[in-house]
Amino acid sequence: MAHAHTVKRHTGIMDWLTTVDHKKIGILYMLAGGIFFLVGGLEAILIRLQLMYPQSEVVSAQTYNELITMHGTTMIFLAAMPMLFGFMNAVIPLQIGARDVAYPFVNALGFWTFFFGGLLLNISFFVGTVPDAGWTMYAPLSGTTHTEHFGTDYYVIGLQIAGIGTLIGGINFLVTIINMRAPGMTFMRMPMFTWATFITSALILFAFPALTVGLAALMFDRLFNGNFFDPSAGGNVVLWEHIFWIFGHPEVYILILPAFGIISEVVSTFSRKRLFGYSSMVFATILIGFLGFMVWAHHMFTTGLGPIANALFSVATMLIAVPTGIKIFNWLFTLWGGSIKFTVANLFAIGFIPTFVMGGVTGVMLSVAPADYQYHDSYFVVAHFHYVIVGGLIMGIFAGLHYWWPKMFGRMLSEKLGLWTFWTFYIGFHLTFFVQHFLGLLGMPRRIWQYLDGMGLNELNFISTIGALLMGVGTILLVINIIITNSKPKTASNDPWEDGRTLEWTIPSPAPEYNFAQTPLVRAYDAWWEEKMEGNTKMTPVEPIGPIHMPSPSILPFFMGLGLFIAGFGFMYAREFGTVSLVIGIAGLAITFICMGLRSWIDDHGFHIEEEEILKDQGVKA
Amino acid sequence: MSSHSHVEGQLPHEPERATLEGRNKITGFWLFLGGETVLFGTLFAAYLTLRGQIMDGPTPDHLFSFLLVAIATALLLTSSLTSVFALQSMHRHDVKALLGWLIVTVILGAAFLGLEIYEFNHYVHEGHKFSTSAFSTSFYTLVGFHGAHVAFGLLWAILIMLQLKNRGLNTTTAPKVYLFGMYWHFIDVVWVFIFTVVYLMGRVG
Repeated sequence: MAHAHTVKRHTGIMDWLTTVDHKKIGILYMLAGGIFFLVGGLEAILIRLQLMYPQSEVVSAQTYNELITMHGTTMIFLAAMPMLFGFMNAVIPLQIGARDVAYPFVNALGFWTFFFGGLLLNISFFVGTVPDAGWTMYAPLSGTTHTEHFGTDYYVIGLQIAGIGTLIGGINFLVTIINMRAPGMTFMRMPMFTWATFITSALILFAFPALTVGLAALMFDRLFNGNFFDPSAGGNVVLWEHIFWIFGHPEVYILILPAFGIISEVVSTFSRKRLFGYSSMVFATILIGFLGFMVWAHHMFTTGLGPIANALFSVATMLIAVPTGIKIFNWLFTLWGGSIKFTVANLFAIGFIPTFVMGGVTGVMLSVAPADYQYHDSYFVVAHFHYVIVGGLIMGIFAGLHYWWPKMFGRMLSEKLGLWTFWTFYIGFHLTFFVQHFLGLLGMPRRIWQYLDGMGLNELNFISTIGALLMGVGTILLVINIIITNSKPKTASNDPWEDGRTLEWTIPSPAPEYNFAQTPLVRAYDAWWEEKMEGNTKMTPVEPIGPIHMPSPSILPFFMGLGLFIAGFGFMYAREFGTVSLVIGIAGLAITFICMGLRSWIDDHGFHIEEEEILKDQGVKA
Repeated sequence: MSSHSHVEGQLPHEPERATLEGRNKITGFWLFLGGETVLFGTLFAAYLTLRGQIMDGPTPDHLFSFLLVAIATALLLTSSLTSVFALQSMHRHDVKALLGWLIVTVILGAAFLGLEIYEFNHYVHEGHKFSTSAFSTSFYTLVGFHGAHVAFGLLWAILIMLQLKNRGLNTTTAPKVYLFGMYWHFIDVVWVFIFTVVYLMGRVG
């Protein structure tokens, strides 16, 4: 080759710090998201222990506020979204027959900004000033008048940094899906998970900038004495609610749509049937994405927007039940008459369906504005959103973990332990949250630290805590499963479930660095299944085997994230330490921008993986 | 990234679209500008909500000078035009003209930014500080975000010009020029809205 650049291919820790390979970045997202998931879970258990008995003092009121704030923030931004990004990275390029994402460098940058943002947020625990104004950070509680300490600053700056990673990740997947599909992979032949990722990425693109502005405004208020949300200087606290929920409501669809995608894949694979109503599924996904932007004020029914606004947002919210219902029926009809295999992944998917329906039904109940005056800020709301987020999203993630684990790591998770995970987690989940509906209807407000004895709340709270502990057991079993599996040899075949339908099951597990030795020709929806039905053992390639171009690894994304991390601290503590701190902040920003300049300046044409290496890989695997 | 089409000979007419990398960048940048639209949309919404909350500070009518803003607008709109000339030169593969028009664009942009800094400085002396009122905070945030975008664009343009000077026009540098052009038009469109919503409505509404 004329351009056989010798690029250093790192090993060990440097490999992980410099990788731009989407599969490795996917694992990094999974690992970091998984750790944050355990942190958020621990916070949840502490919350439940505090509420196990009336008037207990397991944690102080201040700590309790910190726990509920950090639990919500961590689970949504640092656990759920990164794990979904993990799946997108691990699976999307493989599903569309691509060798990489559109911007491998930006992909790494997205991970590192998320990671450093999350780190910054959680360092607050060690510093002792933890965000404590609720994950929604409503003004004026989040202003300097009411929370003078640095807790809110950690929230504002940590999320701002992590949000950059999410936004560029979203753009990356949009472009990847638009421009990088294999020949023959038309939009209406894309697997459902790819479709869900596509719509989710669009939602990220249009929702996250609103959060960026909201966080920036709150930061200006706190750091530079701005007045956005300070009523004494003309600021408007309802403005924060609007900005937050214009981001916040699409955010819940950002979370659930990929889970819908995973469920679609798993249900179809293990029913050994084509997904029922594929095109209506695509349409429903798009419609949910669209309507997701029209309903934010249903979080604000009691704010006092007036009957007209409440009625409109109420109706718009109810409308979302229609496309969601289409999806539920499509899954049921996919299962109907299928030859179903009850693998752990499929159990999670099948368990998801009734659970999510329950969350949906309470959602419609909450959308009735007059009734919402009763439910608002009660445990009924807590029960509702945990049914859709844990019962929907986390079940989807667990299904996806068991389903794609062999493709990511080359090893099958133990099905036996998986069954234990499923049953403990599933029973634990319903035990925890089903009773919370009734706690809410009995009048228990959310976010309270203690309740009095003799109010009829004791038994249900006790049951709820037992359920939470059971969920903890389920999660620990999953971790044990992962550790045990990790010590086993990589024996998974290309298509370990034998019923794989999509392109990721045509290549070795785990996928080689270049994914596809030869780009496949896609001839139908469920491309791999169709080939198998025609008696073929491999996809038709569209090119001969030849050298494959790869992007070079780079340490710059790591330092760009680190720069923002340093800058965050510098600006945050300028209030206390003055100029020195400000200089550190500017230095941090400088690191980021200099790395950005370097990235532009250094012409990096990557390197090629030569034919011999590809043939050698194939010889070993074939 | 087989970005070496110059090896095979001539640079294509639209070098920015010659490689998959180039096309990816253009698609992605359109999407990015979609996100930026939401960003500025939210800032405009915040400004419109808060612009009546003047407290003890000076009123918009008292502050804004049409002459100054008109000159700034003329500078920025013209710089958008010159960035189009730069792109046309690029499509003719005329690197010298491309660099020339980029320099003109940067000078016009820098002049705009200079006027904005003068303007802000003037306002502060009039008692219109960042923390004076909700109006002042949202004003400086909206117009300042735009100004920061202009400043970033200028640095970006300078970096691209250095690359063009060192390495010439090829399928790696061409998409950068094209993206800068898109960015610069976007900044310009945002300014048109700022001119209308902030300055015109400030004097009339």
